[in-house]
Amino acid sequence: MSRVNRATAAQSLSVSFTVGAYGVAFGAAGVAAGFTIWQTCLLSLLTFSGASQFAVVGVLGSGGSALSAIATASLLGVRNALYGLRMAPVLNVRGVKRAIAAQVTIDESTGVSLSQEPQGIHAMRQGFWLTGIGVYVFWNIFTLAGALGAQAMGNPSAWGLDAAVPAAFLGLLWPRLIKNSDRILAVSALFLALALTPFVPAGVPIISTAALAVAFGIRANLWR
Amino acid sequence: MEITWIAVLGTSVIAFALKYFGHSVPKKYLSHPRILKINSLVPIALLSALVGVQTFTNKSALVIDQRMAGVGVAVIALILKAPFPLVVISAAATSAALFYLQ
Repeated sequence: MSRVNRATAAQSLSVSFTVGAYGVAFGAAGVAAGFTIWQTCLLSLLTFSGASQFAVVGVLGSGGSALSAIATASLLGVRNALYGLRMAPVLNVRGVKRAIAAQVTIDESTGVSLSQEPQGIHAMRQGFWLTGIGVYVFWNIFTLAGALGAQAMGNPSAWGLDAAVPAAFLGLLWPRLIKNSDRILAVSALFLALALTPFVPAGVPIISTAALAVAFGIRANLWR
Repeated sequence: MEITWIAVLGTSVIAFALKYFGHSVPKKYLSHPRILKINSLVPIALLSALVGVQTFTNKSALVIDQRMAGVGVAVIALILKAPFPLVVISAAATSAALFYLQ
């Protein structure tokens, strides 16, 4: 890896810390749902996908079966496969490195990487690795902290984390939305996901918007 | 085996398999210009949807609460070309302030 671009590093660190801090809420939720501290931490170490983890503890905590917990969490994890498709040609890694890249392929690492596209492929790679590993480290530290002493931190809403996380994703997307067609896609995807939310299981509203991206891609004029 | 262990290990195995699958699709399937275009649009759609879901939903209900104000302030900060950490902090501060006032 060549020199680390300072702007890329700063953005990676901001995202890693903001999102990682949310791990406190997950640690607390895991223990509250009847998982041991060790099981809660293993979910963060092994599953490492926030939405999927909250789904597992949420479903089991409300009396659901292991199968429905796994199914819901997996549905939420499908989008990581789509992110992997996008990131693989950027990273171009094999073997153990590919396995590590896969494990840290999440909303945040993909988002930061894409936001670095105007700076070139090296910045994209750095953004992916710094954010992926940064979120991994903070997410796991904060999960342990939350599992050990959730009461001390209390509700993440009290710290504004509930708005900080979507604001961070918006901040990553914003510079990418230059073309009108991309803006229309972003707004349509947002509304489609909200429209579907009351009617389908968690996870489906977000991955459904991939169909919109396909439709926009088919209609796009490639030579403009 | 205990139900929680089945859930922890089952979820983790599938989560990794999904991530690894995405990274392992042969390049030849992804090299057509149209596929490249779609592949670049998919994360834009997914992340936009994520912003909407994280801001306006609670479980399967649509809700308007302090998060909308926080993200609204973030939009203003972005329009004013504020640096990224300021965007995030202004959203958090707004949302937290409204949370206390409620």
